[in-house]
Amino acid sequence: MPAFSKDDLMKNISITFLILMIVWILLNNTLQIDILIPGIIIALLSSLLFCRKCEVFSDIKLTPKAFAYTLVYLIIFFIDLYKSNIDVSRRVLSPSLPINPGIVEVKTRLKSKFGRMVLANSITLTPGTLTVEVKDDSFFIHWIDVEDDEIENASKKIVEKFEKYLEVIYG
Amino acid sequence: MEIFGAIITLIGSLVLLIASIGLVRMPDVYNRLQVGTKATTLGTILSLAGLIVIVPAWAGKLVLLVFFIMMTNPVSSHVMARAAYYIKIPFSSKTKVDKLKLSKKVLKTKIESK
Repeated sequence: MPAFSKDDLMKNISITFLILMIVWILLNNTLQIDILIPGIIIALLSSLLFCRKCEVFSDIKLTPKAFAYTLVYLIIFFIDLYKSNIDVSRRVLSPSLPINPGIVEVKTRLKSKFGRMVLANSITLTPGTLTVEVKDDSFFIHWIDVEDDEIENASKKIVEKFEKYLEVIYG
Repeated sequence: MEIFGAIITLIGSLVLLIASIGLVRMPDVYNRLQVGTKATTLGTILSLAGLIVIVPAWAGKLVLLVFFIMMTNPVSSHVMARAAYYIKIPFSSKTKVDKLKLSKKVLKTKIESK
């Protein structure tokens, strides 16, 4: 494996194994040992067989701080999802249809692919923004109510609240 | 308990109703996608959450469903918006700026000057 180190490979395999186990337990909805054992075997086999070359999870940092930040991030994310729905409902139901759309460009500080993917997804699910195109470190975002089309100001408004958490988690 | 779950599911379907009204009212495809993504995500999550309250035994599978919806919904709408942009579906007349077009122009002139 020239592309990445042995540690990375182990990390990828163990995270894949964990995800598969969680899915198995949730699907079976039980912790009985005779159901768990085939799950462990299958999850181990498939993560060993199919994770030789995957590097998706290499960017995740497995530290307690990253874990805590993930929880905070999820809470902020759900609050924002809720707010975005109230915002969208208000726009849809008001008779004058107060929209002011446009595509703006924002820059991100995140380096890792996985972090950028999570960031783009979060942007899509938060108030009035939809990621249209990603090119290197700039995201092109369809904003339903353009307040500011300068790159710095738009970045501050859209990206920053997620970025500071994702930076710790994925780097 | 059952009534509580039913209320949550009802709120979820109301959100979905608002989403469908929005689909009719919005002027162009990008705004429709905006309304579609956000409202369907929360609407579906709320409906499933109501089901979890009513039938706690299904909780694991439903949580899994919520997770998959949260992962796939934004991706699909992003891809649709991107495709719509590249086959040049027109914007509505209310649209203010289009930075993507500007940056492409900049890119082109840079290449030509080299």
